[in-house]
Amino acid sequence: MNSLSVSMSDAVGPVPSAALPEAPAKVTTRGLNFYYGEHHALKNINLTLGTHRVTAFIGPSGCGKSTLLRIFNRMYDLYPGQRATGQVVLDQTNILDPKLDLNLLRARVGMVFQKPTPFPMTIYENIAFGIRLYEKISKSEMDGRVEKALRGGALWNEVKDKLNASGLSLSGGQQQRLCIARTVAVRPEVILFDEPCSALDPISTAKIEELIQELAEDYTIAIVTHNMQQAARVSDKTAFMYLGELIEFDETSKIFTSPSDRRTQDYITGRFG
Amino acid sequence: MATEHTAKAFDSDLQELTRLVAEMGGLAERMIVESVDALIRRDVALGQRVVAADAEIDSLQHVIEERAVLTIARRQPMAVDLREIVGSMRVATDLERIGDLAKNMGKRVAALESDFQPLKLIRGLEHMTDLVQSQVKSVLDAYAAHDLPAAMTVWKGDEEVDAICTSLFRELLTYMMEDPRNISFCIHLMFCAKNIERIGDHATNIAETVFYMIEGQQILDKRPKGDMTTFATTISGN
Repeated sequence: MNSLSVSMSDAVGPVPSAALPEAPAKVTTRGLNFYYGEHHALKNINLTLGTHRVTAFIGPSGCGKSTLLRIFNRMYDLYPGQRATGQVVLDQTNILDPKLDLNLLRARVGMVFQKPTPFPMTIYENIAFGIRLYEKISKSEMDGRVEKALRGGALWNEVKDKLNASGLSLSGGQQQRLCIARTVAVRPEVILFDEPCSALDPISTAKIEELIQELAEDYTIAIVTHNMQQAARVSDKTAFMYLGELIEFDETSKIFTSPSDRRTQDYITGRFG
Repeated sequence: MATEHTAKAFDSDLQELTRLVAEMGGLAERMIVESVDALIRRDVALGQRVVAADAEIDSLQHVIEERAVLTIARRQPMAVDLREIVGSMRVATDLERIGDLAKNMGKRVAALESDFQPLKLIRGLEHMTDLVQSQVKSVLDAYAAHDLPAAMTVWKGDEEVDAICTSLFRELLTYMMEDPRNISFCIHLMFCAKNIERIGDHATNIAETVFYMIEGQQILDKRPKGDMTTFATTISGN
């Protein structure tokens, strides 16, 4: 019986996978630790977001996945008592460098939140507002940019005749796509999605998921989601986090069919979390 | 499974699938034994009972498929659970085919008219059936217990069945050449031997499914083969 279990490995070759070739690194974390005051929330995280790839972060509540996402654009800087150590490198730049221009960083790394957060202004202004922060352009140029952004957010056809209506008049799914358009408008390189569909109905969710895959052609994407099927559908790579540690990081197809770590398996099959 | 699902009903869904496959497996095993018994004892009534039992095995396969599809729709299973469910469907398909092959042998009982019954042939057939039936039993036990080494023993142990099949084939050829009146009987027996050999192949398929369920990947190796019937010929010009 034992001899058999040894020789069985002979029968197995590498898994034939449809995995994409390894993409060049866009964001790399090295020995990243994060603290909420005394609480050690992220422990020695090392991973890479591939350029123009979708990377999903899954794990039970409190595992640190949203915390990690908030580091990629230094969102935590807004709160006292929160600090990160280690390195997070975007191309050649260390994001954690205290001298870094945060406005510039947040233009390069955009974020879409769980609940749609349109500004209480017109649809047009929701988009133009962000662009004006970084660039001074003519009205006609601005019209072009707004249209392009709304097309990028897969919203143009639904709002082109009511650009002066309030952003708040849109449905939840439309509002979320408006927020994506607003993020895309400032031409970021990386887009972070923090549970972008958790407040949306299935049709709106499907639209956002399709949009995420389209956006991956031009942007590097990181998405935090509680919906495992969503991670399986939209992402190329998946990171499973637990209690502040990165437990497993692999091709999405591998994670959801035969994960290597027992804890990943237990989580994705609904045995804990 | 060391830990249970948070949703307990999911565990009972999976257990029910495993139970249905076991029930189907028990039925298939019985059909194998009874069909060969009927063949050897020329028991037409028993042969017909085997034929009738095939409907039962078919309907079990439908139940398993429906349950599996429903479970996938309801639970969106991942990883080991998903492989478990896909595995149950694959095993059910193999068992359904085993049922068909046994049914085919059951049908042939009525067609065997001659009294010609060389002992050596019958022994060979019985031996082959014993082997195959124990392969089927072992692999179903391995499936139920998630016992990979046991499944691999079945996977590698099919060679002997193939070898017996080849030697039966040669013998049948000889009988047919000796006396053309034996041909009809020998042809039927040949098909039966081939059916039993095919049942052995389904047992190895199930072993491969068990491998997939446990390891999460397919076996890429070639299985050792002993079936040389394609090469067993008589000397031409006789």
